[in-house]
Amino acid sequence: MISLFLAALLAPQATLQEDPVEPYVQRDANAGAKPFAGHAMLDAFHGRAGIDRVVDDLVARNVADPRISDIFKAQDLVRLRRTLKEQFCYILGGGCAYTGRDMASSHKDLGLQVADFNALVDNLQKAMNAEKVSYWAQNRLLAKLAPMKRTTVVR
Amino acid sequence: MPSSLLLRCALALLSLAASSPALARDMRAGGKMLLTGGVSSVEGAAGGGLATWSLIAGNETKDGIGAKAHVTYLALPDFDLTTGGVAIGIKDRVELSYARQRFDTRAAGAALGLGRGFTFAQDIYGLKLRVIGDAVYDQDKLLPQISIGVQHKRANRGAVIRAIGGRHTAGTDFYVAATKVLLSRSLVLDATLRVTKANQLGLLGFGGDRRDAYRPQFEGSAGVLLARNLLVGAEFRTRPSNLGFAREQHGADLFAAWSLSKNVAVTAAYADLGDIATVQDQRGLFLSLQGSL
Repeated sequence: MISLFLAALLAPQATLQEDPVEPYVQRDANAGAKPFAGHAMLDAFHGRAGIDRVVDDLVARNVADPRISDIFKAQDLVRLRRTLKEQFCYILGGGCAYTGRDMASSHKDLGLQVADFNALVDNLQKAMNAEKVSYWAQNRLLAKLAPMKRTTVVR
Repeated sequence: MPSSLLLRCALALLSLAASSPALARDMRAGGKMLLTGGVSSVEGAAGGGLATWSLIAGNETKDGIGAKAHVTYLALPDFDLTTGGVAIGIKDRVELSYARQRFDTRAAGAALGLGRGFTFAQDIYGLKLRVIGDAVYDQDKLLPQISIGVQHKRANRGAVIRAIGGRHTAGTDFYVAATKVLLSRSLVLDATLRVTKANQLGLLGFGGDRRDAYRPQFEGSAGVLLARNLLVGAEFRTRPSNLGFAREQHGADLFAAWSLSKNVAVTAAYADLGDIATVQDQRGLFLSLQGSL
């Protein structure tokens, strides 16, 4: 009875928080990078909890960053946080499924320039530092993300 | 005059950029990641200390124009080499550079019969064009960033250069540089092939009594990123030995490049330039300060 009540209370919120998106085919390949094998990278990021902290911190830094905050104003940050956590977890070998859109279609209307991409990398490095992820592990993740410049930077 | 030629090139490129409204609207300053514009090599181009890299100087991305200025001091046991220069990076594609080197013979000048404190100098005008690849972003490809370049050098001591067997007081080096950041290993690697006739970088002229032909030479760097703003590594550079009176040896260094902020970087190195003009074992400290926009 109580659980039904809770479910009724929580369910509408969960659907309200994320804006609807155009239908698309969900597949892990949309993450734009192949996952690391083994547990070393997941451990370096302090597991799923660490990844969640890095992503929450990254999004907070981006929203507060005058260089790129405008890009995030019109975005569904709830969905962004969820899909980024899935994407990082998938790439870092955490065994998550990535349910977001591919990099080209999720960035095609943002008009990103190289400097925007680099500002986000800068914020990600700060977020990883705050999580005390080793510099070597940071660079291994960045090596997976760097080629995404080709599909996300359209200007 | 090469300087006016470079200037005309720069103006042509700038007007090309400005004449396209779509490009002009999106122009913005800065935005390059730390150290990805390299540091300033002794010849003024973006590179390590001894080696010229394929990276383009300045903090700009493909949407802007950046610049870099440097002063470098190399203290050897018997000589000093002081270099100052500026470089302009256009759209992370073209680099124009100018450097002036001053080589002070101090007491050795008297021993060499030149007079105490006799000073050699040269002007170096550089043009570099990035051809293919991206050292930083193409982490899923083996292809390095490849640039081609020229450095036109004009030495100031024609009479001495001729007296020691040098053939020319001006010369032009041509090079192909390949640079790759291997982020998954936190490595920065460069290999550069240069064809040159320069004696002691050009300070002692070009070509000589032993040989007066272009020869391919190698220069390279290998460094490891210890932090996002700290690169430490080693460099090696071969040089022709064209003059009969004194053999010229290969150069090497151990360096640390530290980016204090996105605008200021310092390079410190221990460099070994071998024998210079018969004076043996010239090893010393190299210190370079760079400001970039």
